[in-house]
Order: sequence, then C-alpha cells, then structure tokens
Amino acid sequence: MTLQLFLLLGAGLFSIGLYGALSQMSIVMIMMGLELMLNGVIVATAAFWFYVAPAGTDGQVLIVVVITAMAIEMAAGFAVATAIYRTRQVDMTDDAADLKG
Amino acid sequence: MVSVVLFWVLALAAVVFGFAVFRLNSMAQVTFALLASFLAVAGLVVVLGLSYLGVVIALMMVIEMVIMAVFMIMYMMNPAGLMPMSMYHNKAGSMAIAVGTFVVLGAGIFLVDWPTRQGVAAPDPTFALGEALMGGQMLTMMTLGVTLFATIVATVVLSTNRGRYDRFGDDLRAPRADDPAGGGVGR
Repeated sequence: MTLQLFLLLGAGLFSIGLYGALSQMSIVMIMMGLELMLNGVIVATAAFWFYVAPAGTDGQVLIVVVITAMAIEMAAGFAVATAIYRTRQVDMTDDAADLKG
Repeated sequence: MVSVVLFWVLALAAVVFGFAVFRLNSMAQVTFALLASFLAVAGLVVVLGLSYLGVVIALMMVIEMVIMAVFMIMYMMNPAGLMPMSMYHNKAGSMAIAVGTFVVLGAGIFLVDWPTRQGVAAPDPTFALGEALMGGQMLTMMTLGVTLFATIVATVVLSTNRGRYDRFGDDLRAPRADDPAGGGVGR
C-alpha cells in the first residue's frame, strides 16, 4: 500500500463517475455519477491524511466536508428533479436543454 | 499483511461496483452497486485508521442509497430492468473524456514528488477530529451547519407543490385560500 495506489484508486473512481455523469441521460443517474466522483475524493483525502500529514486533523475535517457535500448534492438534486418533473414531466437532461447556448 | 490484502480486495470492489453502476439494467441493482462501492471505500477509510469516519460513511451511504432507490423507482422509466433500453448520450465522447482524465491524473500521481510522511497520528484520531471541529475548525463546522439548514429550506421550497403565494395571491391578501379542495364547513 502506497500513497500512489490510493490516489490511483481515487482517480479511477473519479473517472468512472465522470463517465457516468457525462454519458447518462437520466437526472438520477447523473447524480450517481457525481456521488461516485466524490467517492474518489474521499479515498484520496483519507490517503493524504494517512501518508502525508497524519499529525494534523485537516484531512479528517476535509472528509467531513466532502460527506456533507454529498448529502447536500443529493438532497438539492432530488428537489430540483422533483420541481422540474412537477412542472414539465421532465426526467431526462435532454428534455431540459433550455439554457443550451 | 492483512491490510494489504484488504486494500486490494476493497479497491477492486470499489472500482468494479462503481463501473457496474453504469452497466447494469435494473435500477435497484444500480443503486445497490453504488452502495457496495461506497461501503468498499468506507472499508478503505477504516483500513487507513479513520474508523469513525469510515463508519459514518457506511451509515450515511446505506440510508442515502435506500432513499435514492425510492427516487429511482419514482422517476426512472425502467425500474426493474425488465425492458432493457439505452439511456446514454455521447457515450464515446464521455468515455474518451473519462479515460483522458484518468490518464492525466495517473500521470500526475506518478510524476509528482509527493512529500514524505511527517508526524504521527494522534492516539485517538476521532478525539482529535472532535477537538478540531469544536476548536480550530469551528468555523468550518458552523458553515456546514448553516449550509445544511439552507439546503433544508431550499429543498422544501423547491419541492413544494403549492406555496402560500399560490394560495393567497402575490400580495398574500386574498381573503380565502385558493385551494383545489374547499375546506371549512361546506358553505
């Protein structure tokens, strides 16, 4: 186990999440991709704490922030999905392209 | 030795289940594949010595994914995967971007000269985290708290069907609420 292996795992999870967030059409699946990206961030942060600065608590605090961001992302995402579905019966991103430039 | 085996098993599980999220047909399977990926990551966090945060991640993600499963079944056209359909756009481009991102990140990981380990972990990392959150990182904790509260308000406002402006008009001066179902005593 080295820092590089953990970071590589984090990068892998981040890339898989990025692929999902870009390729999926359903709003719910896009949120799953975003969650997977943050999952990779958690691995990388924990590894940084352990392998670089175990004496401090900044790494741990950053993990708490990321977990909170995940919860907020999911709650806000579902609220937006509910709002747009209620007004326009839209649950796919391709149907909600009003802001496309 | 045990931790090395655990690392490889959990890392492999995290990646395989993570990729399965976008490969499986059934929405229930997708949700639980994502949950398995999160649990593997929680296990890795425990292996790194952060047992409290690992358990928090595991507990939070179990609840979050169960809630997600409910929403999946509400909003997805194909919750059980009985009718395989393709719901992708720009699959090749997305894959190229994802692989490119991985290559760039991987190159950075192996080319950067990472600093060496400095200091030793506190005997009880959980205690140290609690002290930090209630001491030096208090501002972080307060910001998180306020943000969570703002999220509660925003999500309720966004997902409410009819608010007070729908019921009492834009100036809130309507003598009676404009409700689809009349209340009162049947006048």
